[in-house]
Amino acid sequence: MPWDRNQMAERAAKELEDGMYVNLGIGIPTLVANYVGDKDITLQSENGMLGMGPFPLEGEEDPDLINAGKQTITELDRTAYFDSSQSFGMIRGGKIAAAILGAMEVSEKGDLANWMIPGKLVKGMGGAMDLVAGVGRVIVVMDHTNKHGESKLLKECTLPLTGKGVVDLIITNLGVMEVDHKGLHIIECAPGVTREEIRAATEANVV
Amino acid sequence: MKKVYASATEALDGLLHDNMLIAAGGFGLCGIPELCIDAIVESGVQHITIASNNCGVDGFGLGKLLDTKQIKKMMSSYVGENAEFMRQYLSGELELEFNPQGTLAERMRAGGCGIPGFYTRTGVGTVIAEGKEHKDFHGETYIMEEGIFADLSIVKAWKADTTGNAIFRKTARNFNPPAAMCGKICVMEVEEIVQPGELDPDHIHLPGIYVNRIIQGEHEKRIEQRTVRQREEA
Repeated sequence: MPWDRNQMAERAAKELEDGMYVNLGIGIPTLVANYVGDKDITLQSENGMLGMGPFPLEGEEDPDLINAGKQTITELDRTAYFDSSQSFGMIRGGKIAAAILGAMEVSEKGDLANWMIPGKLVKGMGGAMDLVAGVGRVIVVMDHTNKHGESKLLKECTLPLTGKGVVDLIITNLGVMEVDHKGLHIIECAPGVTREEIRAATEANVV
Repeated sequence: MKKVYASATEALDGLLHDNMLIAAGGFGLCGIPELCIDAIVESGVQHITIASNNCGVDGFGLGKLLDTKQIKKMMSSYVGENAEFMRQYLSGELELEFNPQGTLAERMRAGGCGIPGFYTRTGVGTVIAEGKEHKDFHGETYIMEEGIFADLSIVKAWKADTTGNAIFRKTARNFNPPAAMCGKICVMEVEEIVQPGELDPDHIHLPGIYVNRIIQGEHEKRIEQRTVRQREEA
């Protein structure tokens, strides 16, 4: 059985270590926060906050307190606020240990495309280009194939890039793959999924 | 040194002209200079370029200046939540210069610090790098980005004293300090103006040297994505 969204998030949480400062993207990456358990993880929200707390209780929403997805959130005892240039200063300065992001395409060289589909509505890259260029480790969590059943792990990305050679680890519904200089390296399969099945579903070179 | 004005219209008097570059604070609808935006709509100034992370939503925030077709160009990182923006952009009425969010923030900060250009790894190998100078440092490739020097900054803080020393609240700080820094002149709107001495000098987020004109007023502070969790049953 391939992993579902929550199981992919749970698997991604295993990559996080005690004491890490981490940035989580929108979608499945947001769910990773539910699975960190006892580990001491501090979440960064790139609009200017370290120590992001859960959604507020109804009636306690504060318009001055939102995350990078513009959702209302809460603060924790450890929370610190800062402006956008300092926020991206810590991202570009390599202080954030890891970013967990969604993707449209990833290449076998670790190129990432997740911000634009030409000819469709273009919303913008937000902070994604800064994150992938600056953080210690980039972990992509996404479905292995698109809605047409085609591999999202490619020899070369077809969409405009967010970053070149930036992805370190890919977690899909089928398994976990590391990007190394020769191609993708399968390090784990979802329960009941074989290496052969992952290879068959992957256009990128699997070593 | 009179910095306090009675209204946004008075504070912006003499500062607006067609084809100007305005840097605006705010992230989404959080910490946006609502009162200055309304006053710029009223002024009718045309063909403005705005450096702002986002462009409001339909009918609110900078979206109001789209409705009146006063904006010529946006310099932003994300313009998702706005149908009128897309319509004007796709029809060629509106120019858009995408900036990665950190690049935009640093361009503002740099401009405010007299730094005309800086190098960053952000965007290397992407469309953002096209046409920009590339330079290697310590075996890594960087691109040059330019500081933003705006004609005017419009920002929103929580409290300021009458000399412009300002404090922001929670994530409403966001782009406001760098936007304030990069303008030739800065108009700041706040929820409360206090007397000098009432704010702890150790707690000032933005020193008054960056703030030329201050107004106090009511802010709607609209929430873009209201998300809550359920109360657990006692």
